[in-house]
Amino acid sequence: MSATAVAPRLHGIRHRRLVVLGTLLAALVAGVVLSITIGSKAVPPLDAWHALTAPTGTESDIIIRSLRIPRTALGVLSGLALGVAGALMQGHTRNPLADPGLLGVTQGAAFAMVASIMWLGASSLLAFIWFGLAGALVASVGVFALGMVGGRGGPTPVTLALAGTAVSAFLYALTSALVLLDEQAMDVFRFWQAGSIAARGPDVVWQVLPFIAAGLVLAMVNAPGLNALSLGEDVARSLGQNIALTRTVGVAAVTLLSGASVAACGALAFVGLIVPHLARPLSGTDHRWLLPYSGLIGAALVLIADVIGRVVAPPGELEVGVVLALIGAPFFVALVRRRKPVRL
Amino acid sequence: MRLQAAAVKLGYGDRTIVDGLDLGVEPGTVTTIIGPNGCGKSTLLRALGRLLKPQGGEVLLDGKRIDRIPTREVAKVLGVLPQAPTAPEGLTVADLVARGRHPHQTWYRQWSSDDESAVAEALAMTGLADLAERPLDELSGGQRQRAWISMALAQGTDLLLLDEPTTFLDLAHQVEVLELVRQLHHAAGRTIVMVLHDLNLAARYADRLVAMRDGRVISAGAPHEVLTEELLREVFELDAKVIPDPVAGTPLVVPIGTHRRS
Repeated sequence: MSATAVAPRLHGIRHRRLVVLGTLLAALVAGVVLSITIGSKAVPPLDAWHALTAPTGTESDIIIRSLRIPRTALGVLSGLALGVAGALMQGHTRNPLADPGLLGVTQGAAFAMVASIMWLGASSLLAFIWFGLAGALVASVGVFALGMVGGRGGPTPVTLALAGTAVSAFLYALTSALVLLDEQAMDVFRFWQAGSIAARGPDVVWQVLPFIAAGLVLAMVNAPGLNALSLGEDVARSLGQNIALTRTVGVAAVTLLSGASVAACGALAFVGLIVPHLARPLSGTDHRWLLPYSGLIGAALVLIADVIGRVVAPPGELEVGVVLALIGAPFFVALVRRRKPVRL
Repeated sequence: MRLQAAAVKLGYGDRTIVDGLDLGVEPGTVTTIIGPNGCGKSTLLRALGRLLKPQGGEVLLDGKRIDRIPTREVAKVLGVLPQAPTAPEGLTVADLVARGRHPHQTWYRQWSSDDESAVAEALAMTGLADLAERPLDELSGGQRQRAWISMALAQGTDLLLLDEPTTFLDLAHQVEVLELVRQLHHAAGRTIVMVLHDLNLAARYADRLVAMRDGRVISAGAPHEVLTEELLREVFELDAKVIPDPVAGTPLVVPIGTHRRS
């Protein structure tokens, strides 16, 4: 076959990827509509449209604008962040079971929040989240630095995973000890730990938005380098890729994304772990497509899990973190049983 | 000289493998490095491809120190295929070959018509066009090796370093891969440096042989000058007869060892 006959096939592959991207976007829009209209008070789509475009202060206008929109926005942001962070993490560690929490962000955020309540008298949600964010960043930088000890040219996936596990275990022990000493810290901590996107308000959305946006940009910049790296360090280097820089940008992106998400919503179990496995059959191994697919699927998944949590236990609600764990665990077992997790 | 090692000292950590070695690669030639296991031939190839930083001496690409040229610029003229590279599961041939375009892409411009024609040409040249959408792990060993070479081709370099491109392949596939290498050399005048284990194939497909032992070059030159019975004893500690290859006329190594008489 001549070179000119191959070109249309390459076009075909590209076209198919764009179609999938469009489909996933449509799924996310559907999730957004459900999240805005369904809840303890169902709002018909027309009323919801009314609240969005020309609010007049009716009951449904208030519910939509002050509760459902921030909640939906936070769901989209954290889902995007965790989906992309999960795909990045699995790509960098070449481990299909890697999770963004591996960098110690979850335990870092938890410890910083509890410490801020006990010692600094932090009392508003907005303040906790700043501390959580700082804790996530510091923990992840610490893990990265520890992972570099003794290695040449940046941390390797193995040293990173070991350092992450050690730091997480250490911080978890500290946090557990602290919450036992302080009842108020315990209450706040439990509320945060369950993993929820409800009752956060628009301020929290604006607070984490810049971090997640920066993380998404870094992730997309990192995608081509990660593609090269997935062929092994020697091939990546021969393709002109700077390995240490690629790893550093990747870790920075994962830290911003999962740190912001975990600070705002608590731990949303399984999103970072499962979503890349759902995206990979659609995207193949090209991270330039895998990352956006993972982001969109992650966002849709968080919204749908949140909507399910609103309707399964009336008149109360189930936190999205709980619903995700309930769907996620069996789903993951099924995924592992049906097909061996891929070698990355 | 396209590529030159000048008094290079190579090793990993405290272990020195090559000390004070000189080697020059002439433009437009196929140079093949031979030698026993552990003689430092792969280490030398890695240093020539700037995958390993010399502990002393320097590697020159077109007369300039290779570590002073931005790695991405090097990647536009010099391609390296390491020994037995691994790819993520499910990677298709087309995707693998497309990744060879990496040094020509920037984060804001990911795909151009140049990339497209380079990939299409590399696929066609290696006879993989019909397999473009197949995952790499479904291919035979020979096809897979051709796919990796195709990736290096798409990179568009006129200098190629191949580390044992025939490892794990049966004889038919070894010949298939080396025929491809020769074709790349003839078609576009590429300069090729490779490490090979099979001495007879090395003699058949190289313009120049470099025989190494214990990190030193023992002999370098045309195959019939290098591949002699004395050299085989010195380098491989092997008693062998060297006769002309009945097909190509290049030296053919026949080991003596102990044998059956009929």
